[in-house]
Amino acid sequence: MNQVPREVVAAARTKIRIEGVSMTFDNGVTALSQVNLELAENSFTCLLGPSGCGKSTLLGMIAGFVQPTAGRVLVDGEQVSGASADRGVVFQEYALFPWRTAIGNVEFGPLVRRLPRAQRRSIALDYLALVGLAGHESKYPSELSGGMKQRVAIARAFANSPSVLLMDEPFGALDAQTREILQEEMLRIWQRERKTVVFVTHSISESLFLADRIVVMATKPGTIKAVIDVDLSHPRERTEPGFIALERKVKHMVREEVDKLGVT
Amino acid sequence: MLERGSAVARADDEAARRRRSVALRLRLALLRCSSIVIFFALWAAFSFANARYLKFFNPVLMPSPLDVLHTGVELVESGELQRDILASLSRVLQGFGIAAFVGVALGMAVGRSRLLESLVDPMLELLRPIPPLAFLPMMVLWFGIGEASKISFIAYAAFFPIFTTTLEGIKYVDPLLLRAAASLGASRRDLFRYVVLPAATPAIITGLRLGFGLSFFVIVAAEFIAADSGLGYLINDARTFFLVSQMLLGAAVIGLIGFGFNRLLRLLEARLLRWRKTAWS
Repeated sequence: MNQVPREVVAAARTKIRIEGVSMTFDNGVTALSQVNLELAENSFTCLLGPSGCGKSTLLGMIAGFVQPTAGRVLVDGEQVSGASADRGVVFQEYALFPWRTAIGNVEFGPLVRRLPRAQRRSIALDYLALVGLAGHESKYPSELSGGMKQRVAIARAFANSPSVLLMDEPFGALDAQTREILQEEMLRIWQRERKTVVFVTHSISESLFLADRIVVMATKPGTIKAVIDVDLSHPRERTEPGFIALERKVKHMVREEVDKLGVT
Repeated sequence: MLERGSAVARADDEAARRRRSVALRLRLALLRCSSIVIFFALWAAFSFANARYLKFFNPVLMPSPLDVLHTGVELVESGELQRDILASLSRVLQGFGIAAFVGVALGMAVGRSRLLESLVDPMLELLRPIPPLAFLPMMVLWFGIGEASKISFIAYAAFFPIFTTTLEGIKYVDPLLLRAAASLGASRRDLFRYVVLPAATPAIITGLRLGFGLSFFVIVAAEFIAADSGLGYLINDARTFFLVSQMLLGAAVIGLIGFGFNRLLRLLEARLLRWRKTAWS
């Protein structure tokens, strides 16, 4: 049930279209140059590349936080001009409101949608339970561990029922064990509530574990180097020969880009 | 089995640590009390020695803590002290109230608009370095020696810290939180109400505390110059008649009231900023 046949994925309509997008900052640095990309509805795409390849900038453009200096980003055929509740974002730094409890954070989306209090609460409780935080509702972010904070942030994004979920190195600040657990949880939730996910990471193993498609990005300037369809079935096992072979292939690609950056 | 053993050991450690910290806190509290006792003992000893042996000053000029207490009782019985406390407090509360309202409102408005900031900020930067006391004689000329001059003077003095901290609090909200809120569907109004305002609350409270302290600071000076009631008047009036105990009493009462109000504001802060407190405890 959790494996959508490939024909269906291929036939799915385009959700996000990136057309000739470039980004040059005020200081003259070109972060992205002529990027074209189409993402199918309900697909899981990883943007993979070393630091400075512009992957987070690209994600910020889909979110509507930054505007490209050339080209345009379309979601459902409409040009993105600002942030929207239909495009949820999960940040590496969690970005939880420190003055709100866990449930208060998850309630934020329903709150600004002016849902009645009881409904807000029941939505928030459901999603906190979904990420395994039942019983921690009234804790403040300062009382939660990094992994728990990111669970709250994921619940907060899902509770708003966006059709697009943008994740900017969400597990980058977590320890290796927590990271793997959250990757599995993320897949479990995504299989329950399909959304078009764009997931930025610099971890090859993470992208291979999660994604339908991996977009490998080149540096200086940021462009798309390769698009790899990951045909491994879920749940994926990191020790399988297929996984390891693909990992080796992607590693070479990324290494070339890292080498281009020189000594880092 | 091994794990269980270590868990028990950990619990023991935890209990021991807690006992130690309680003992430490008790010792520190005791030390704090003795600090105050020592202060009064030194004062009493010096006053006694001065009167009997040293004769540095005329004994009238160096009253003992007991003399001050005695004067306090007398002034309470005559009703004078209550009248002066009320007069000063009412001025402080009115002046501070105006400063709090104008300072917070203007700080918010200016913090949200770069245009307004460029318009207002240079003006305030021009006035800020001038000690408010420099304007006091002028305010007496403008508003007379009645209540208006003192209230407006307090309002003026307390305005600056309240305005500045509110402005900083509003301006330096973490942009990441604004992005998070915007991507959850918050409108501009929502952003202000649910993100900017709570994020700026710690700064605003700090500003209010500073402003309140300053109100007490300047009320005494204002009452020195032009008043027929208030704690500043009590002190200045006592000077004319060499009533040193009364002067010290006035100072002590101001200190006590300031301390009390600061405590109250701290409590309010702890309540409003529960989320932050838990991070420290």
